[in-house]
Amino acid sequence: MGHATPKHGSSGTMAAGRLILRRLGSALLTLLLVSVVIFTISALLPGDAAEEALGQSATPEAVTALRHQMGLDQPAHLRYVRWLGGLVTGDLGQSLVASMPVGQVIAGRLPNSLTLAGLTAAVAVPVALAIGILSALYRDTRLDRALNLMTLGMVAVPEFLVATLAVLVFSVTLRWLPSITVVRETMGWAETLRGYAMPVMTLACVTVAQMARMTRAAVIDQLSRPYVEMAVLKGQAPTRVVLVHVLPNAIAPIVNAMALSLSYLLGGAVIVETIFNYPGIASLMVNAVTSRDMPLLQACAMIFCAAYLLLMLAADVCAILANPRLRGR
Amino acid sequence: MTLTAPAHEDSMARRASRMASRCRHWLSDLSVSGRVGLTLVLLWLVLAAVGPLLAPYGVGAFVAPEVFDGMSARHWLGSDYMGRDVLSRLLSGARYTVGLALAAALLASGMGAGLALIATVSPRWVDEVISRLMDTLVSIPSKVFALVLVAAFGSSLTLLLLIAAATYTPGAFRIARALAVNLYQMDYVQVARARGEGRLYIAGAEILPNMIHPVLADFGLRFVFIVLLLSGLSFLGLGVQPPNADLGSLVRENISGLGDGALAILAPAIAIATLTIGVNLLIDALPGRGRRITGGR
Repeated sequence: MGHATPKHGSSGTMAAGRLILRRLGSALLTLLLVSVVIFTISALLPGDAAEEALGQSATPEAVTALRHQMGLDQPAHLRYVRWLGGLVTGDLGQSLVASMPVGQVIAGRLPNSLTLAGLTAAVAVPVALAIGILSALYRDTRLDRALNLMTLGMVAVPEFLVATLAVLVFSVTLRWLPSITVVRETMGWAETLRGYAMPVMTLACVTVAQMARMTRAAVIDQLSRPYVEMAVLKGQAPTRVVLVHVLPNAIAPIVNAMALSLSYLLGGAVIVETIFNYPGIASLMVNAVTSRDMPLLQACAMIFCAAYLLLMLAADVCAILANPRLRGR
Repeated sequence: MTLTAPAHEDSMARRASRMASRCRHWLSDLSVSGRVGLTLVLLWLVLAAVGPLLAPYGVGAFVAPEVFDGMSARHWLGSDYMGRDVLSRLLSGARYTVGLALAAALLASGMGAGLALIATVSPRWVDEVISRLMDTLVSIPSKVFALVLVAAFGSSLTLLLLIAAATYTPGAFRIARALAVNLYQMDYVQVARARGEGRLYIAGAEILPNMIHPVLADFGLRFVFIVLLLSGLSFLGLGVQPPNADLGSLVRENISGLGDGALAILAPAIAIATLTIGVNLLIDALPGRGRRITGGR
């Protein structure tokens, strides 16, 4: 990153554009390889979808017929190509348990998950930035150590402990919030807020801790640079040094940290959506595992991987755009 | 022979005392939070090893007259949803959690470091193939990867161990490879290569000993991630299956006691937290920068 030193403005923009395109290509290639991995693992399943669908009492003839109908008697690479083709064109196959197209099942759930993720990010990012910058500013003081201990603890605690404690405090003892999140079209603002409060809080806890630790590291890394020493020697106040000198230079690593921590949210969602009975993609995926609904599982897994790669790509693009040597001008 | 034996013994004793003094030195250098972490880690290791011997009741025995009982002299941590002794079940659950996670983390770190060494000393194309594969696996979120593996293969104890190891090998590989590639450029490795040493020797005798400390710190982190992954899976009902129960299963099976704030659900959850926080505190207090190369569950 950042080898290209443009001679004048337009070539800088070009270089940034080329870099972004290359990152995009690499992300797409990774996604393709991920699809191979996921398909291979789920194709290794002992027994197949036809047997699963017909149950144990099915005659061998019926199983063979259904297998043929579902295309399961074809060799694996042909099935993979067909599956990938379906994935690209939006035809995700038939969910075995819900007996409706996987696309429809997911379309009903995806907006919910995106809402949850969006709300969590909206809560987590400012809090994490504040904690991270604050502890970098006051590093090696008592405040920093206290914050460090707090985030360290939060990183290590399982999501379900946070969730159960939250339920215990806010639903059982205080009776402020409902212990499961119901999503309805007709809910008012207050009701929505109350419903989302606990899942968002739980998810935000883990994410904030990760993000704050990485932000602190990024800012402190900048603080050891010569230009910061220069600013300090000029007699500038520490707050000004951090806000005016350090932050603009730490944007790329901080955005990177944000993207990485937001990707932990994907894993956390698996637990949190299940606990609060939230109708999102992650709880759908857990259901797909318990019912061994492979087409649904594959589609959910691909969505999670695509989301992860998208976050990483966004971080890369931000880093490229924040690098003045590549920004043009 | 008789002449050299005492000298040998002497050097053994001296080496042992030097080791002991180094340990003491290391301990006194450790910060307070590091000592707390070390104590917690040792406590859980001991409990996992001998815990079931200390258990006051049988794991599956129905001993309490009431379900979701609170603390009492007979049942220190109360009773669970079927009237079993929570402390006894906790001690046996800790064995599953710590044992499985320890074995899986060893496997993940070992495979990661091994593959990294192979990739470093092998021809370029081997490195490219291994790195590309690991990069692909790293971009599948770990819980999602584990869920797909559980769906495909099931979740017996052996499979869970392998699944957890497979899930965290790519991360371990990434870190070990970065270390190994750096070391490979060092002069002493180049000298060994010029001497005509074999690849195995360079990997095992020149690179490995110099990357062992960061790899060990990373091993601690893998252990934490795997504890969280396995107890998360068990909490979802996809991990350790009954009648066996790890700490995550204990939280799950007592979830109906949440409304009463039952100790049976809090105790195992807090047990997991003390274990993982302990390891984290210990790693964080280890000397040397860069011990936390990446986070990431």
